[in-house]
Amino acid sequence: MRRFGAVQALAGVDLTVHEGEFFGLLGPNGAGKTTLISILAGLTRPDSGSARILGHDVITDYRAARRALGVVPQELVFDPFFSVRETLRIQAGYFGLRRVDDWIDEILAHLDLTSKADANMRSLSGGMKRRVLVGQALVHKPPVIVLDEPTAGVDVELRQSLWGFIRKLNRDGHTIILTTHYLEEAEALCGRIAMLSAGRVVALDTTRNLLSQFAGLTVRLVAERLPATWQARVLRAEGGVYLLRLDDYADLEALLAALRTERIAITELALQEADLEQVFLRIMSGARASATAVPA
Amino acid sequence: MTSFGAGWPTLLHKELLRFWKVAFQTILAPVLTALLYLLIFSHVLESHVSVYDGKVPYGAFLVPGLVMMSVLQNSFANSSSSLIQSKITGNLIFVLLTPLSPADLFIAYVMGAMIRGIAVGLGVLAVTLFFVPSLLYLPHPLWALGFALLGSAILGTLGLIAGIWADKFDQLATFQNFFIVPLTFLSGVFYSIHSLPRFWQQLSHFNPFFYMIDGFRYGFFGLSDVAPSTSLGIVSLCAVSLALIALGLLRGGWKLRA
Repeated sequence: MRRFGAVQALAGVDLTVHEGEFFGLLGPNGAGKTTLISILAGLTRPDSGSARILGHDVITDYRAARRALGVVPQELVFDPFFSVRETLRIQAGYFGLRRVDDWIDEILAHLDLTSKADANMRSLSGGMKRRVLVGQALVHKPPVIVLDEPTAGVDVELRQSLWGFIRKLNRDGHTIILTTHYLEEAEALCGRIAMLSAGRVVALDTTRNLLSQFAGLTVRLVAERLPATWQARVLRAEGGVYLLRLDDYADLEALLAALRTERIAITELALQEADLEQVFLRIMSGARASATAVPA
Repeated sequence: MTSFGAGWPTLLHKELLRFWKVAFQTILAPVLTALLYLLIFSHVLESHVSVYDGKVPYGAFLVPGLVMMSVLQNSFANSSSSLIQSKITGNLIFVLLTPLSPADLFIAYVMGAMIRGIAVGLGVLAVTLFFVPSLLYLPHPLWALGFALLGSAILGTLGLIAGIWADKFDQLATFQNFFIVPLTFLSGVFYSIHSLPRFWQQLSHFNPFFYMIDGFRYGFFGLSDVAPSTSLGIVSLCAVSLALIALGLLRGGWKLRA
């Protein structure tokens, strides 16, 4: 558990990520993902409870826990005094590793930064700085890698090459924990996913099970308004664009009938198969509903 | 299996690179400032001020004070500015994510501060020797070295504490301008406390900076306002006390880890 003043950032999170997994940690802003990662990294201390990395407690055995962990932080931070290569050498040195230039060259090549090795960090673009952060997390060859929104601000092409590299690390046996706002990335990469809402785990399953469990249809409807009887099915509503949950195709006929009865004009209507984004929206709307429910 | 060694030498190396890359600002500028103090004060006061009953010319008396003042102020500046910059820009996270222990952080930041302070002090001594060459033959070099090491360690530790405490640059500037600078200036850099009225003389004995400068000066002249062993005892006590406070803050993660 972790409380910041009146705000309880995490409450009763009980998670085990298995060795070699590609694990996704999803949730809206403020759900507690970064707090959870900060506890694993030793940046935040929990008010109660414990966390372990490969069996090493993050407080009582912090040296072994931190050696086992590489963290790509969410904030785009850098030290303006140093070049890319110096930054990576220094980071390796903090872990007591010296003469690691071969590994640094390999990291730079995988992150497409070889030509920038001697450039000062200040001169790099946002995407390049983000890749250096990934390099810093990998430089001590940690078996567990946590990536907190690693592709924010990285263009599509580089994102693909970055994921190729992370996938390779996962195939080589590294455990990967990922938080991302790009749900299609989580769907494509993660074998198992935990969804957090208001500091609690509201879903924890394999990506495949989550998709099949919440299988169904959604319909994207552009209309002036929605029949009152369909408000409960809304997953998302933005300026006349509604995303509605359907249990089956028969529901579509019922929706059209309701629209006809209330003489609501349809501008656009499209059916969609369930994907992780819709699973996410359904779970989050369920979590919000249960959080605001008043006991009878 | 990856074999991990000690990490603090790298943090120390980074601290040294940090000030060395801007040596013009961190080494040469304070040397020039001290030189200006020497030229102006010794020129204006040489014939008006008598120190140690006239046994030492004022210009010569001034040099060890200026050297030690530069050592102290630059030691403080190094650890405090490094830490506050890392906190504000957020790159302190790169240190906090590592297995570096509180003692590792303490050693690296304080040693970095000591090396910068002593480098500036040596620079000031080198340029002022041109004006007072007789100071090259100091009678008690080990006393001078001991006080330089202890003084720089104390101010490096104070800088570390201030850097941990401050959330903004102006808080750090407040600490520096209202605490460090007055205590340094009122410590006998520019005068012997025996030339002060009795009240101010007594008050000076509560200023730990006075003992650092007086003990350091003993190394150059074999003369001092208080016995160098007394100064050494007080300065050592300060060093140990501040080190314990800094280590406690680092261990607790105050203002560093949420």
